[in-house]
Amino acid sequence: MLKNRIIPCLDVKDGRVVKGINFVELKDAGDPVEQAKIYSDSGADEICFLDITASNENRETIIEIVRKTAKECFVPLTVGGGVRTIQNITDLLLAGADKVSINTSAVKNVDFVNEASKKFGSQCIVVAIDAKKVSDNKWEVFTHGGRNKTGIDAIKFAKQVEENGAGEILLTSMDKDGTKSGYDVDLLKKITKSTNIPVIASGGVGTLDHLYDGIVKGGASAVLAASIFHYGEYKIKDAKEYLNSKNVSVRL
Amino acid sequence: MNVTIVDYQSGNISSVKNSFTEVAKDKVNLEVTSDVKKIKSSDKIVLPGQGSFKSCVDSLNQIKGLVDTLKEFAITNKKPLLGICVGLQMFADIGYEEAETRGLGWISGKVSKIDNQKGKFKLPHIGWNEIEIQKESKLFKGIKNKSHMYFVHSYEFIPEDKSVISAITDYSSKIVCSVEKNNLFGTQFHPEKSDRTGLKIIENFINL
Repeated sequence: MLKNRIIPCLDVKDGRVVKGINFVELKDAGDPVEQAKIYSDSGADEICFLDITASNENRETIIEIVRKTAKECFVPLTVGGGVRTIQNITDLLLAGADKVSINTSAVKNVDFVNEASKKFGSQCIVVAIDAKKVSDNKWEVFTHGGRNKTGIDAIKFAKQVEENGAGEILLTSMDKDGTKSGYDVDLLKKITKSTNIPVIASGGVGTLDHLYDGIVKGGASAVLAASIFHYGEYKIKDAKEYLNSKNVSVRL
Repeated sequence: MNVTIVDYQSGNISSVKNSFTEVAKDKVNLEVTSDVKKIKSSDKIVLPGQGSFKSCVDSLNQIKGLVDTLKEFAITNKKPLLGICVGLQMFADIGYEEAETRGLGWISGKVSKIDNQKGKFKLPHIGWNEIEIQKESKLFKGIKNKSHMYFVHSYEFIPEDKSVISAITDYSSKIVCSVEKNNLFGTQFHPEKSDRTGLKIIENFINL
């Protein structure tokens, strides 16, 4: 039976983790490689890096981090942030990423998703959708970390990226992100029901119960979380044992 | 010992390279190449594969003499070869991804889309799933039955002769996830992404 995945996400800025893990055993709380290794050793099903470096010139920094991490972590590694061109994807994959996540560039031009999945295979193309509720039962796609409204319906867009060869959708609720009040389960439900590719839930996790809701109520295939793991509130193992105790199948 | 990972410009092989490097350490000489001379003189071959069946077969055919060299290595000389994901699928006679495409024809069978029961199951089949070991295999030495492996695929290999199946996994149906026929080994899952259990499989292959 296919297991539900737990994916810790590390925000990286200029080569350093922004919201670092607060574990005592860490030598350097800002080193993404060391943190990724801790997560992979403690049972993370995948690792996700999100490069939030503002400038375009710093691509080499994230690539170097990916290169080092890939030599030490033997679980899938997804890298997102600033992926704009086929060359960006090539560089990340060559450095050892297994999947890349495309956000703004997919919204600007959905053909880019098509081109990328044709060239590299759907298995490594994740489309990250940032959605915000605009009225009852209606969500809109936002870009640039939730600042820019696009007028695009999130559900329609999810279907569109599926048609264009995306292998997975990483769905973040901009309303919930950072609130620790749980995923936007209604949004998740809508997207998981209207598409046929795996959806990774993101944005809003504060308790282990929220992970349960994302999977069981929202229909997500994987749950992504950042802060609950970073600050040592919960370990990956805690999350898995909790889900397992509630009959949600995970890799133990 | 020389182990060669065949680099035929088909998808991302960095993870395969990294995991084999991790296991091989200094014991094994690891090459990543499409040079047919080097392939001929190696002791073991790893055939990775990402993307579609058709694109992988096309890429193999684009390198002059590669298919013949692989055939001589694995079929005539019966030396150990491990196919991973589409690398395994290409053992088949025929595949149906993108367009009907002839495979290598080393293990009779076909590669077709996983029946996801009219949308009841999501595709690709992505994530960690348990393997159910079907027969004793050198690849699974020290690997517990029902171990978790990492999968990402939408197509499955259906061999004619079921005795080649060494493991299956349960998704929308029982999917063949590992085969072994004499010196030919193949995994549908990605040992290079399957944490320590995956590395153990790689070690078993290297130690054959």
